[in-house]
Amino acid sequence: MIKQYTAEEYDVAVIGGGHAGIEAALAPARLGCKTVMFTINLDWVGNMPCNPSIGGTAKGHLVRELDALGGEMGKAADATTLQSRMLNRGKGPAVYSLRAQIDRREYCTYMKHAVELQENLDVKQAEIVHIEKRDDGLWHCITRLGADFACKCVILATGTFLGGRIYIGEVNYESGPDGNFPATELSKSLKQLNIPLRRFKTGTPARVDRASIDFSKLEIQDGDDETVPFSFSSLEKPQNKVVCHIGYTNDETKKVILENLHRSPLYAGDIEGVGPRYCPSIEDKIVRFADKQRHQMFVEPCGENTEEMYLQGMSSSLPEEVQLKFYRTIKGLENVKVMRAAYAIEYDCIDPLALYATLEIKEQPGLYGAGQFNGSSGYEEAAAQGFVAGVNAAHKVLGLEPLVLSRSSSYIGTLIDDLVTKGCSDPYRMMTSRSEYRLLLRQDNADERLMPIGHKLGLINDTEYERFLERCRLKTAEIERINSTFFAPKPELNELLESRGTAPLTTGTRLADLIKRPQLDYKCLAPFDKERPHLPDDVCEKVEVEIKYEGYISRQQAQVDEMLRLENKALPEDFDYTTIKGLRLEAAEKLNRVKPKNIGQASRISGVSPADVSVLLIYLSK
Amino acid sequence: MSERTIAAIATPLGEGGISVIRISGEDAIKVSDKCFFAFSCKPLADLDGYSAAYGKVVDGENHAIDDAVALVFKAPKSYTGENVVEISVHGGTVVARQVLRRVLECGATLATGGEFTKRAFLNGKLDLTKAESVMGLISARNDAAAKISRGAREGRISRDTDDILNKLLETAASLAAFADYPDEDIPNLNEENFAALLDECYAKCQKLISTYDMGRIIREGINCAIVGKPNVGKSTLMNMLCGSDRSIVTDIAGTTRDVVETTVSLGDVTLNLADTAGIHETDDTVEKFGVDKAMQKIENAELLLAVFDSSTALDSDDKQLLENIADKKCIIILNKTDLPAAFSKSELGDFEVVEISAKSGSGYETLTNAINHVCKTDMLSPDDTVLINERQRDCVNRALSAVIAARDALQMGMTLDAIGVCVDDAIAALLELTGKRVTNEVCDEIFKRFCVGK
Repeated sequence: MIKQYTAEEYDVAVIGGGHAGIEAALAPARLGCKTVMFTINLDWVGNMPCNPSIGGTAKGHLVRELDALGGEMGKAADATTLQSRMLNRGKGPAVYSLRAQIDRREYCTYMKHAVELQENLDVKQAEIVHIEKRDDGLWHCITRLGADFACKCVILATGTFLGGRIYIGEVNYESGPDGNFPATELSKSLKQLNIPLRRFKTGTPARVDRASIDFSKLEIQDGDDETVPFSFSSLEKPQNKVVCHIGYTNDETKKVILENLHRSPLYAGDIEGVGPRYCPSIEDKIVRFADKQRHQMFVEPCGENTEEMYLQGMSSSLPEEVQLKFYRTIKGLENVKVMRAAYAIEYDCIDPLALYATLEIKEQPGLYGAGQFNGSSGYEEAAAQGFVAGVNAAHKVLGLEPLVLSRSSSYIGTLIDDLVTKGCSDPYRMMTSRSEYRLLLRQDNADERLMPIGHKLGLINDTEYERFLERCRLKTAEIERINSTFFAPKPELNELLESRGTAPLTTGTRLADLIKRPQLDYKCLAPFDKERPHLPDDVCEKVEVEIKYEGYISRQQAQVDEMLRLENKALPEDFDYTTIKGLRLEAAEKLNRVKPKNIGQASRISGVSPADVSVLLIYLSK
Repeated sequence: MSERTIAAIATPLGEGGISVIRISGEDAIKVSDKCFFAFSCKPLADLDGYSAAYGKVVDGENHAIDDAVALVFKAPKSYTGENVVEISVHGGTVVARQVLRRVLECGATLATGGEFTKRAFLNGKLDLTKAESVMGLISARNDAAAKISRGAREGRISRDTDDILNKLLETAASLAAFADYPDEDIPNLNEENFAALLDECYAKCQKLISTYDMGRIIREGINCAIVGKPNVGKSTLMNMLCGSDRSIVTDIAGTTRDVVETTVSLGDVTLNLADTAGIHETDDTVEKFGVDKAMQKIENAELLLAVFDSSTALDSDDKQLLENIADKKCIIILNKTDLPAAFSKSELGDFEVVEISAKSGSGYETLTNAINHVCKTDMLSPDDTVLINERQRDCVNRALSAVIAARDALQMGMTLDAIGVCVDDAIAALLELTGKRVTNEVCDEIFKRFCVGK
């Protein structure tokens, strides 16, 4: 054992400088806690070791929600966007999702500077090799160089660094992502604390040289003409600076992969970690969906000042030579040069059932988890958890109420509730289908849902909040006006209606009812709407959605109310469920493990049946 | 949280070979040992579960009440999951009541209705629909009711709703995959297929709901009134149907002055039968009161048996009655067909007509068939799923209205997320019926069905 020396004391220490770690460190620092962020490599704060993009379905929602609460990710993404697209236009506002290609290096630079500039936050390059709680009531984080930092709260945001091991074909070795050192020691002290660790794995495709790609054989994917920023505070629209391309695998690709399947560590049984179902490697896709003719591949630039291109959808853990061979079967990639090989990476993470919804580890007061450590996957999922863990650690230090977001308030609340209530058997990715309240949890109203909370936390400043309140006032007034404005049947108007394939007016009709017609929208009726005020784009969008989908929104609201009824039935804390007569043993054990806060949460635990819930309800009524 | 020990007579009260007194709870065996003495002199506490002892039940003064057999079940291997003793004594109300009273004196409390089954449910012995079906079996009043309850117990309801559920989940998964993976080349949703799928769910939900009404008729019986002008033989019909002299029959018109009610089983149908006063203009105050009540019965009945005397021509009272019943579910009964007919059947309109002679009993079978046919219970095949209570019907009903909303949204050209909300609603309602959860299922479905990766 090396000689230790006493280093500084902190309120909050964050282990890891990835997407979770950044938010986990910024939030407490901004709330006035003395905070430190440890990272193994200071050059890679906020690294994107996988796809160079932020957002996408449900993930875009997470970023906007995080922004409304006072997180940093949305601002950083807006500042470093290369191409911006609103996905799912045409599929309805519930599933509109913002996605942006990001300049990976620029993003790191932005984030590194943001944490460096943050008051109350120290940023240190160090590997934490040991943590323990001592008699002084503080968590001690020991670095590889022997520094002993005593902290009130510690947030584990270790990502794929913790016990990281890379697999490429028959080759495997201890490593963090992108050639970084892994954190090899820390797991030991977590195991000493009886924290239930397990192995998950994830993978990434190769990066290839732009000049070696024949783009004429690929389809172009452009950005949107009208772009939208992630952050509610970004006043400028992001510019599209690059295009992406789409290509396809073919029979030859399939042949090469199938012939070499035995060389995949996954199929050879070398990897014990469970990979994400939603993000399978190409060999996985070809085996599982054998009847599919071809698989899609996206070619995405990694930045403006690099020639590295990312091959989305082509992650693999086959040997390097096989990778090269199958990549070259793809039209447009016949002469492709691989700059970094694809790899799978296996890492240690916690069974999230061991966490409270505050992300504090149940048996370890003051110790929190965030991001991949909690069993999730994705930058956005990580950042959202980092923020919640950061706020809760700070609130614990400051003696304030914890922050727990409900499922009906946000995707962030849904994400955390899913993790700590249902657990996960593979890395958890946010999807719109995970939420039962999609039509309420839209990306356009993330500010209405969460900015009041962010402001109350003290992480949204008054100027920003005043702008938000103004948006709300404008929206409410306009909806009121639309509900009380009537259009008379006029030839020009009826011409428009008929040209759009909807019935002409015969009597006076409420403007709201016209907007409700699927063939019409708020914008196209503007010429006939003399009293219409000039409103910002985002307000117009909110107005249109709320009017058009009024019936469906209220249908969903009814579902929320029903759920809240159950959520309001609190369950006792620190209660031994095996003492309730009538509960099945399996259910009682699950309940003891999860310690649900209320009946609603209990009913979502897998292994707890409706009959068990009735027993709980009967027990509660006694 | 120790539950008290409960006891009740488990067999129906009335004449019978044996009666069973069931005792359940932690102290069931202790309580039994105070009042039951085995001829082997071995206390019940020393017996294994699933074993029987022959002995006697004695009262407080040690006098034997009856010889008895005690069956011992030990927790959790019993119907309720608790310690259970079942004491079988000779049939008849008196003995059973004496034994029960003695058991209560020994420390048990009287079980409330359904409490054994409730405990079985609370102890995880039965799930909700199964517990419901047990209650149905207990209260079944005819073969068909027992049959559908048994069906529910075997999980037939879950099987049928799962069928609808799978279709809806398929739809939801397509919608979700389509939304969650916008950049993937997931086959686009074919709106026609989609509409067809919703139509199918619509039809299936409707069919399930229609079985509820049928089930209710089978289970609770149908309110049925026998109506007709005085002295056409209504009470004779009533007596013929229930096989005893329930109504007083004389030749004097207007004998039945109030409504006489009884319950009879005809094939698969239970009739809650009401014999009413003959309907005609009358000045007699008492009789008029009866006539008013009869009119009320016509209003409230779900099935009318309108009786006409085929041996005398239709008069104004008959014609008035035909008018009153015009829009009701009704079977016309031509009585006294042993006498020559005085009018043609066509004068009665479009009703189903059954000819009987209540006096001689002829036409009974035809009438039974006609009633079963009108109640549609003859269409019930033994394999049919029948919803057995209001809770289940409510779930399916909510699913149906959500499917309708989804269809409407699709037809109107709403975006898929709005349709998705409605489909989710339908799924949630059906899952409430069978007790599973929604979003997990949709996610699993996506990964099973679609190759997605972005």
